Amino acid sequence: MRKLAGMTATTPLPAVADLVNMPEAWRTLLHGLPSVDQVGAEQRAAMLATRSIKTTSKAWALDLAIRMVDLTTLEGADTPGKVRALCAKARRPDPTDPHCPQVAAVCVYPSMVSTAAAYLAGTGIKVASVATAFPSGQAPLEVKLADTRAAVAAGADEIDMVIDRGAFLAGRYSEVFDQIAAVKQACGNAHLKVILETGELATLDNVRRASWLAMVAGADFIKTSTGKVQPAATLPVTLVMLEAVRDFRERTGRQVGVKPAGGIRTAKDALRYLVLVNETAGPDWLDPAWFRFGASSLLNDLLMQRAKLATGHYSGHDYVTLD
Amino acid sequence: MPSETSRLAVRKTYKLYVGGAFPRSESGRSYPVYSAKGTWMANAVLASRKDVRDAVAAARKAFPGWAGRTAYNRGQILYRIAEMLEGRRDQFATEVAEAEGLDRAAALAVVDASVDRWVWYAGWADKIAQVLGNANPVAGPYFNLSTPEPTGVVGVVAPAESSLLGLVSVMAPVIVTGNTAVLLASEERPLPAVTFAEVLATSDLPGGVVNLLTGRVSELLPWLASHFDVNAIDLTGVTDPELAAEAERAAAENLKRVVRPPQGPVDWSADPGLERMTAFVETKTVWHPKGM
Amino acid sequence: MTFEYAPAPESTSIVDIRPSYGLFIDGEFRDSIDGDTIKTINPATEEVLSEVVAAGPRDVAAAVEAARRAYQTVWGTMPGTERAKYLYRIARIIQERSRELAVLETIDNGKPIRESRDVDLPLVAAHFFYYAGWADKLSYAGFGPHPRPLGVAAQVIPWNFPLLMLAWKIAPALACGNTVVLKPAETTPLTALVFAEICQQADLPPGVVNIITGAGETGRHLVEHPDVDKIAFTGSTEVGRQIARAAAGTRKRLTLELGGKAANIVFDDAPLDQAVEGIVNGIFFNQGHVCCAGSRLLVQESIHDELLTALKRRISLLRLGDPLDKNTDIGAINSAAQLERIRALSEIGELEGAERWSAPCPLPDRGFWFPPTVFTGVSQAHRIAREEIFGPVLSVLTFRTPEEAVAKANNTPYGLSAGIWTEKGSRILWMADRLRAGVVWANTFNKFDPSSPFGGYKESGYGREGGRHGLEAYLAV
Repeated sequence: MRKLAGMTATTPLPAVADLVNMPEAWRTLLHGLPSVDQVGAEQRAAMLATRSIKTTSKAWALDLAIRMVDLTTLEGADTPGKVRALCAKARRPDPTDPHCPQVAAVCVYPSMVSTAAAYLAGTGIKVASVATAFPSGQAPLEVKLADTRAAVAAGADEIDMVIDRGAFLAGRYSEVFDQIAAVKQACGNAHLKVILETGELATLDNVRRASWLAMVAGADFIKTSTGKVQPAATLPVTLVMLEAVRDFRERTGRQVGVKPAGGIRTAKDALRYLVLVNETAGPDWLDPAWFRFGASSLLNDLLMQRAKLATGHYSGHDYVTLD
Repeated sequence: MPSETSRLAVRKTYKLYVGGAFPRSESGRSYPVYSAKGTWMANAVLASRKDVRDAVAAARKAFPGWAGRTAYNRGQILYRIAEMLEGRRDQFATEVAEAEGLDRAAALAVVDASVDRWVWYAGWADKIAQVLGNANPVAGPYFNLSTPEPTGVVGVVAPAESSLLGLVSVMAPVIVTGNTAVLLASEERPLPAVTFAEVLATSDLPGGVVNLLTGRVSELLPWLASHFDVNAIDLTGVTDPELAAEAERAAAENLKRVVRPPQGPVDWSADPGLERMTAFVETKTVWHPKGM
Repeated sequence: MTFEYAPAPESTSIVDIRPSYGLFIDGEFRDSIDGDTIKTINPATEEVLSEVVAAGPRDVAAAVEAARRAYQTVWGTMPGTERAKYLYRIARIIQERSRELAVLETIDNGKPIRESRDVDLPLVAAHFFYYAGWADKLSYAGFGPHPRPLGVAAQVIPWNFPLLMLAWKIAPALACGNTVVLKPAETTPLTALVFAEICQQADLPPGVVNIITGAGETGRHLVEHPDVDKIAFTGSTEVGRQIARAAAGTRKRLTLELGGKAANIVFDDAPLDQAVEGIVNGIFFNQGHVCCAGSRLLVQESIHDELLTALKRRISLLRLGDPLDKNTDIGAINSAAQLERIRALSEIGELEGAERWSAPCPLPDRGFWFPPTVFTGVSQAHRIAREEIFGPVLSVLTFRTPEEAVAKANNTPYGLSAGIWTEKGSRILWMADRLRAGVVWANTFNKFDPSSPFGGYKESGYGREGGRHGLEAYLAV
């Protein structure tokens, strides 16, 4: 708009197509989204966190939460042995209970994808791989695409990419869009989860904008965090992302999933997220196909709470498996 | 102390209070403390410049969190300090009596006044802005509002003679508005101050909001007064005019706010007024246009 | 898949309701001299909870006499530092017994436990805590160097926030050195009677606080008693008018906090998701039994449809039912009479041509219930846009420009509160300057704090409660 104001009467008027292709076009679109009042969003999230989930609904929700876990290991020290152990845990989270559901996916670095794929073959558990120079995303696009293709070739069903937060914060939205679109293409049939790293985006307005940018670029899922930056997933951030997928489906008809990751350690936390899903995006998202938890220690707490419901007494750390 | 039974008493080690913990001095030094009657009471920590440095670092670290608490929450915590102090009324009466040479009734009155002083300041937490702040009717289409905000890290030399009432009378007004403090306890009568730190440690006051050092004021004050991460300094307890003037000159280097030593004896039981709070707040004025 | 929350009822074992209560006069519970009895019921079940006294004129006189004596002999002369400590004690005991009080409030009033637990009780304790701090600082409050108390305060409070309104009345009165006779509403007397017990636990001198139960007639005897120095009333504008008439020609000081018909104004640049929350909170908080409720939604025409879609989606999620269930959002209407009034005005709204939409939530068989309801196509000429409904009923109007929004918002005999939703700071302040209302919320609604004054313009009453300004009503200034 500023460009237009500076034009003189003799300058030929730009065509609409030129306007849309201006670098400011993304800015106009994303900044045209309704803003988020931080205090109000936090209060809404805090109010929903007071919901009290008891007895039968708790049992149902705990099992659902287990089925939504992307059991994750993303350490420099990861080895095939560690990944194998994690896969075993993913298949039978509670070896003493055949009714305990398995998790949604195992999430690893690209170099561990083939190991995980081998151990999970035929289980229905997905192999998810982080890619695109995780966690910083600070690498040339060709490297990110090669990273992605390698993970897919090794058998990854799902790719968790990171956006270039530096480009986003600098306002180079079209660059971020192009990268996501390119990675989406490199994914082929693999599902693409786009990690916004909301802890670095800082404001809820940015979270909403980045959510829309990722969805328009083709994300199948939008994910809060790498788990390497604090704060990672929070209820207010997830609330804003759930509003975004709700509004996006309303306008485009396409449903996008949400994955909070990092910092969700207790069953109580997980239930709060499920309430948030239920009362924001709605019951359509209460399914592992549309909502996931990126977590490692969460699973054991879910299992202990599950045992508490079944037995009537509190369980202990020695009664769940450590892998 | 004579004992009715033959049981040997377990004595307390008097330490510093820094960052919510009770460390000894990094210097490993101590100095003897005597009662008003001249009997040896305990060895207090002789803090060093490095303890000053650590205490300032702890105060700075605690500042954003404490200043960011709601005023209501700070008031609740100050009131909790009053509750905890009241619960140790007898212990403090004993310590104050020995330190200041008072009879029991006079010592109890000092403790009671100290409790009431915390109650008085607790109430100010969410009222001081209502008394000092205001909307300013500027001549134009602007909203204009002035509010007091805490200055930052405040160094305080506690009164030399009044070991408890004087101490709390200089401590409470600093922290109630959201500042954090490094206090040098009375050099000759430091024991009630150290015991008072135990009250602070059990009152939900975040660690680092109050840091308490014992030792030689003449050794520690120059380091505190010249420290560039200290925003203000209260010289109330400095008895040597030359030391105070030197500290004020050092404070000038980074333009610390300075409260000078009182001229003549202070009646710590009198109504404290507002001046100890206003000394350590900054007025912030916000402008914003009004238009549709 | 649907996520049905199982019932999560708060335990009632924490409260002990006696079959009947006397009057709290001069520090003790007494039998009535010349009163009748009235039953108080649980509006969610219609079960009788207890019997209380409808105090008669001699009961009222005894209470005023006790208050006068306490004022003259102990409270009016006590140093502020000591009054402060009594009020701090009361604040602390309220904090200690807060869950018990929250449950009792919910049982007697019908409001959701989530609200009594998370809003009412924390504010009650905070109010006493706040005014406790003023008791020894009155000379700093800006009302002269030696402000004096007024004497005996007659206080009459409503049923919508029984204990919170008690706190708003008693805390500043006591802090300033007055003694009080307080009458809770006839449908919600129980928490005030527990408060009497709390005064005993705090060793408050007898007669400083007197609680007399009863209905309108008791209230009339109280405010018309000749030995009362100050009247503080919260309730309907009609009763407020009667009290003002009755006080005419006396020396009694008067503050009134009355009805409202607040405009909640949403501009097209508002943070929409939070605006929706604010609208819902503005009108459905406490079943809309709120004098400052945002009962008129003024929405900029350009976003009317989008906002209404989002609003109805959100309202459909509200959980109506057992007030003791921790997940309940909308509780019971406080009384059969109030339910009747809400129904009648809603029917008038339909008759006058507004379009009615109610949340599709099932209503329990017993008790008093009304579903969250929205009227669209409302104009300023409709009665539902002019009269206070005091229930979960929202009237939606539109505007095109800021001037029009201000004009419509102010076009009411009331002036208690208003809301503004826009991202533009300068517009908030421009609007706030022009809105004739005692409280203006921007990008939020129904926020209360003991340090913040509350009260109305025009027929919403006069005087302020809360904050430094709230002291003025109880001081001879």
